[in-house]
Amino acid sequence: MEHSHQENGTVAMQKPNTGAIWRTFWFLLAATTIEFIVAFTMTDPSMKMLRISIFLILTLYKAFYIVGEFMHLKHEVKVLIWSIVLPVSFIVWFVIALMVEGDSVLMVR
Amino acid sequence: MASHSATTTQSANLWGGGVEPMKASYGKLMMWFFLMSDTFTFSALLITYGMIRFSNHAYLGDIDSYVFSQEYWPIPDKVFNAIPFLHGVHLPLVFVGIMTFILIMSSVTMVLAVEAGHRMDRNDVQKWMLWTILGGIAFLGCQAWEWTHLITGTETGSLIDGKPFFGANLVRNEYGPPAFADLFFFITGFHGTHVLSGVLLNIIIFYNTVIGVYDRTGHYEMVEKVGLYWHFVDLVWVFVFTFFYLI
Repeated sequence: MEHSHQENGTVAMQKPNTGAIWRTFWFLLAATTIEFIVAFTMTDPSMKMLRISIFLILTLYKAFYIVGEFMHLKHEVKVLIWSIVLPVSFIVWFVIALMVEGDSVLMVR
Repeated sequence: MASHSATTTQSANLWGGGVEPMKASYGKLMMWFFLMSDTFTFSALLITYGMIRFSNHAYLGDIDSYVFSQEYWPIPDKVFNAIPFLHGVHLPLVFVGIMTFILIMSSVTMVLAVEAGHRMDRNDVQKWMLWTILGGIAFLGCQAWEWTHLITGTETGSLIDGKPFFGANLVRNEYGPPAFADLFFFITGFHGTHVLSGVLLNIIIFYNTVIGVYDRTGHYEMVEKVGLYWHFVDLVWVFVFTFFYLI
């Protein structure tokens, strides 16, 4: 099988280009650190919704970086990006439906 | 070769085969679509966790007077608070933080291996693949410890049906409703199985790199494909970490 990015023999002399990789690593580490700080400091029950929102936003932020940079999806062609992102976006409905369902099960109990 | 000629003759021979509308090879596309289906599996599992959690009572009292009970869903801080060699010290989320760090780190070494593959640098691919494999094995070791800890339980245990019970299995669980332990074992177990198969795939790729298979075929795309899988495993852990341990 031949591939589009097959390169000629001179590439062996290239220098490693890892700046973007390490930048992504620091983003991921920072997001996880913030999650920890929030988990330990925002323990008051009144801030529960705020805390959960921060966790969710940071999780999606991390997911975006892992999929976009590490899995390289950000740099693929648009058709490929949408054929992955569009089906997966339907999960949002799945989440809402079953959270509501779970809540009403609790009411019935 | 096929795609090089395809780009030049694209307009003349659009339906003649050899055209890559997504600019990705067959193997890479299939890996993406497999990962998409796996996304649905994992989201089904995690959403099930959410639904069952919502259908149980939450603990509403003071956090300092919290005790394990069958009546409400446990607070993760109170369940996952142990780390090896520090018995009896309350260190919530520290061990799982270490596990998260290990997995993110191994994802970084994987992407470095992919980058080295683009440069056809066999030594660098070998080095980074080896680090990735080590990271995967370290994560699995941590998970084994975590499971053992949860199964063995605390020293005090809890009263279930009037008798003291220690630890958790699929039927009884000293930390809270049995469904909590069921979902924990099922979801982290399913994720751990993915990590295990990822480590095995990484070992195969590492072996092929060492014996020079990819130098002979002229590209390191296999590292990329397995890399996609490995990053996906890391991605799933990000979600498991949030939903199981933080919220």
